[in-house]
Amino acid sequence: MQYMTDRKRAVGKGSSGSGTEHFWGQAISAVGLLILMPLFALTFGCALGLPYEEAIAYYQRPFPAIVAAMTLVVSMVHFRHGIQVVIEDYSRGVTKKVLVVACTAVAYTVLAIGLYGLGRIAF
Amino acid sequence: MVQFKLPKNSTVRVGKTWPKPEGASNVRKFQIYRWNPDDGENPRVDTYFLDMDKCGPMVLDALIKIKNEIDPTLTFRRSCREGICGSCAMNIDGINTLACIYGMDEIKGDVKIYPLPHMPVVKDLIPDLTHFYAQHASIMPWLETKTNRPAKEWKQSIEDRKKLDGLYECVMCASCSTSCPSYWWNGDRYLGPAALLHAYRWIIDSRDEATGERLDQLEDPFKLYRCHTIMNCSKTCPKGLNPAKAIASIKKMMVERQL
Repeated sequence: MQYMTDRKRAVGKGSSGSGTEHFWGQAISAVGLLILMPLFALTFGCALGLPYEEAIAYYQRPFPAIVAAMTLVVSMVHFRHGIQVVIEDYSRGVTKKVLVVACTAVAYTVLAIGLYGLGRIAF
Repeated sequence: MVQFKLPKNSTVRVGKTWPKPEGASNVRKFQIYRWNPDDGENPRVDTYFLDMDKCGPMVLDALIKIKNEIDPTLTFRRSCREGICGSCAMNIDGINTLACIYGMDEIKGDVKIYPLPHMPVVKDLIPDLTHFYAQHASIMPWLETKTNRPAKEWKQSIEDRKKLDGLYECVMCASCSTSCPSYWWNGDRYLGPAALLHAYRWIIDSRDEATGERLDQLEDPFKLYRCHTIMNCSKTCPKGLNPAKAIASIKKMMVERQL
């Protein structure tokens, strides 16, 4: 039982002064994915079923490689933004903090591995 | 984690079935949530039958008839009976609305009445709106000015006054906020559609001089940005207002002042 006025409970710790950047970043990355995903599906589809050497050669060309890299970056940024919101919606306390850190780490790890792979193919 | 199941002492059980009115040909069945904090029992759903030939057309008419003629212990808020005071907000047939302006002809089958969802219940159909009102108070629902008070009045153009239409009509019935899943999960920190609609009403008031402070106060991942544009608020509003649009407008202003 906490003796706290209703107003104090409603105001809490006040405004954090952030949130717009997260919201705008997620909106921008969503629009970015709207353009990038069809391009990625198109380029990836062209490489599907090709022999190993030809597929490698295909992804050494700038357009498919850049589209794949951009899709990876934007999708992971979008994932990180989105999953944080989901975690904040449904979890509390330490669980929330651990999950946000873990998911952020997963997003950046996947991003790093993907870019490393693309770099190895391209160069 | 959020709770997806009701605690054992909140599980709703089958309640008392009251007798049907004798000699009535046009009978309607009402299933109403009942809970009394004093008896220590679980909530229950009582069943009532009304002769619709002797009852008014609105759900509130039926509730008043039940209270007056069948079960005086049935507890609910009501006042104006014309959709102005917002007192009789409850969940009727799965929709948060005002009992006084919701016609029974709009409901197919039995009439099921529950208190507004996901709020602490004071008794029967009365939710505890203390936190909801405190959140409303926190957005400073009044005109804030810094300029010296004019001799006569704060003037406003007809165009600027029109911007308040669709906002000032809100009666704070809490139907929108209690229909919002984000408010269910994070109502302690998320202000909810009603408070945000009121916040926007003052932000866009041409006479108000605290726009920046008001936006500063809302710049928070929980207070404002817990709105995920689910739009239950706009769908359920018994006054036909659009809180989701007001929230989107606040978000747009937030972005505009950063770009």
